[in-house]
Amino acid sequence: MIQVRDLRIQYGDRVVAHVPELDLEPGTVTGIAGESGSGKSQTALALMGLSSYAGATVTGSITLDGVELTTKSPKQWRQIRGRRIAMIMQSPRAALNPTLKLGVLFSRTLRLHGVTRSEVGERMRSALDEVVLSGDILDRYPHQVSGGQAQRFAIALVSALRAEVVIADEPTSALDVTVQSEVIEVLRELRDRHGTAMLFISHDLAVISELADSVTVMRQGVVVEQGPTSEVLGSPREEYTRALLAAVPIIGKGGQS
Amino acid sequence: MSVAGLRVAYGGADVVHGIDVEVPSGPYGVGLIGESGSGKTTIARALLKLHPVSAGSVTFDGTDVLSMRGSSLSQYRRDVQMVFQDGDGALDPRMSVFSTVSEPFVVHRTVPRAQRRERVAELLDEVGLPIDVIGRYPHQLSGGMRQRVVIARALALTPRLLVLDEPTSALDVTVQERVLQLIERLRDERGLAYLLISHNLAVVDRLCESSIVLYRGQVMERGSTATLLSRPLHPYTRALRSAVPEIGVTRPPLTRISTGSSTSGRSTGCAYAERCPIAVERCRVEPPSLRVVEGRDVACHRAEDSDDLALTVHPLVDRTDL
Repeated sequence: MIQVRDLRIQYGDRVVAHVPELDLEPGTVTGIAGESGSGKSQTALALMGLSSYAGATVTGSITLDGVELTTKSPKQWRQIRGRRIAMIMQSPRAALNPTLKLGVLFSRTLRLHGVTRSEVGERMRSALDEVVLSGDILDRYPHQVSGGQAQRFAIALVSALRAEVVIADEPTSALDVTVQSEVIEVLRELRDRHGTAMLFISHDLAVISELADSVTVMRQGVVVEQGPTSEVLGSPREEYTRALLAAVPIIGKGGQS
Repeated sequence: MSVAGLRVAYGGADVVHGIDVEVPSGPYGVGLIGESGSGKTTIARALLKLHPVSAGSVTFDGTDVLSMRGSSLSQYRRDVQMVFQDGDGALDPRMSVFSTVSEPFVVHRTVPRAQRRERVAELLDEVGLPIDVIGRYPHQLSGGMRQRVVIARALALTPRLLVLDEPTSALDVTVQERVLQLIERLRDERGLAYLLISHNLAVVDRLCESSIVLYRGQVMERGSTATLLSRPLHPYTRALRSAVPEIGVTRPPLTRISTGSSTSGRSTGCAYAERCPIAVERCRVEPPSLRVVEGRDVACHRAEDSDDLALTVHPLVDRTDL
């Protein structure tokens, strides 16, 4: 579905991310793990066609169903972004327009992306149902909902848009653990229900292990290790992957008992 | 520190409903576990006298904290220090590391000017920061370094009790791991006691001998951390326990719970009943009080029946109305 080949993202001469190979397939979740500065969010921006707005230069190839994306004009990108490739941000409330009620925001977004007026209501209802939110939320402003609700709302939005590819950049890092598990569950259902191809970015390998079918570990812009999640996390080959794994706090590992 | 029947209100409504907390002398860690809105940060602020208390008592070394004034309050402020979640927000962007860490010396007049630089250098060394950060400003430091600066400042007055409010939640896991190691080391080397506030059970497990699980300002379960986490009896503790992602463990899908008509006012019973997968009618009308079951305190009518509930069940609830 999405094929990334020899992708280089750079600011001036400085390469902040180099991804030799990354594939996103329908109905699967591809994880990228790394710390701050690993280039994982830069990779996400490139897949959304947003790198140039951040002042970065992109070389190499990103294709969506065989069509090259890196050479698309801003106008062409507007037909792709949101409609075919959508993004879920780390801070959902910050990503929602604070002056709009969620219902207005939802219907406008759908209309903007070509959903007909008669279809909007039903799309919103079924998408909210998928993420276990009641319709009351549509009357609220972003500041009137919790972080977990806002994130589930964002997921309802990409579901209603029928985006084929979803880029989720640290979608649970700002949330409580219970809310995090809810959001992971909702993302898993999104993948299974709609066959979404998903890129899931996190610094936490335990979170990635919950959801991702394959994982790419990045460090300082370089891909350190890549493969099926069970292999990479089960028997990591690289020292750095082991260090990331060792950092995951585990109940019963000790300290106290 | 000993807290009994603590009640704290915001705008007339109680957000902390009469809780007891004991923090023994160090080295000892007590965990305060709960989600956003559970009242854990409010409790911390009340203990630090940053928020008025509506009822209950707080004593430190047997002295009533709530009535402290003058020199005893000043001593209390040296003995008890707080570390906030957000190292960024807790630091003044206009102050260098040196000014930040030495400010307590100035305010409390504990270290003369000539010795301040040396003391700051010692503190930076103790928290694992290189000495060359001493002239830097917060924006020139990483998130992990900023949190270390906050900890160094908290240590400046040689406190006996630290209140750590989500000290690692804003950090990457690898950075979190190093800060956890630092807190462990400080406990052992300085004999510190601390109250650690966190929603992350794995962090509490690592650092705290005993724990208190809060939901909406009430204690759901408390006891030794090992007991609570190896065999949680309260459905909420179970939900928290199962929400911690673990590598190689596949969780079954979450149970969906319809909260139905719960918009029609708070129930008079258990605060957790609206989310609880094993709640029965009694839970909705009669608030459970804390009682001893299997070596810990638990506030649940069905604590003995919790084997009905698979450990992995975590309810996915429509919480629009909560």
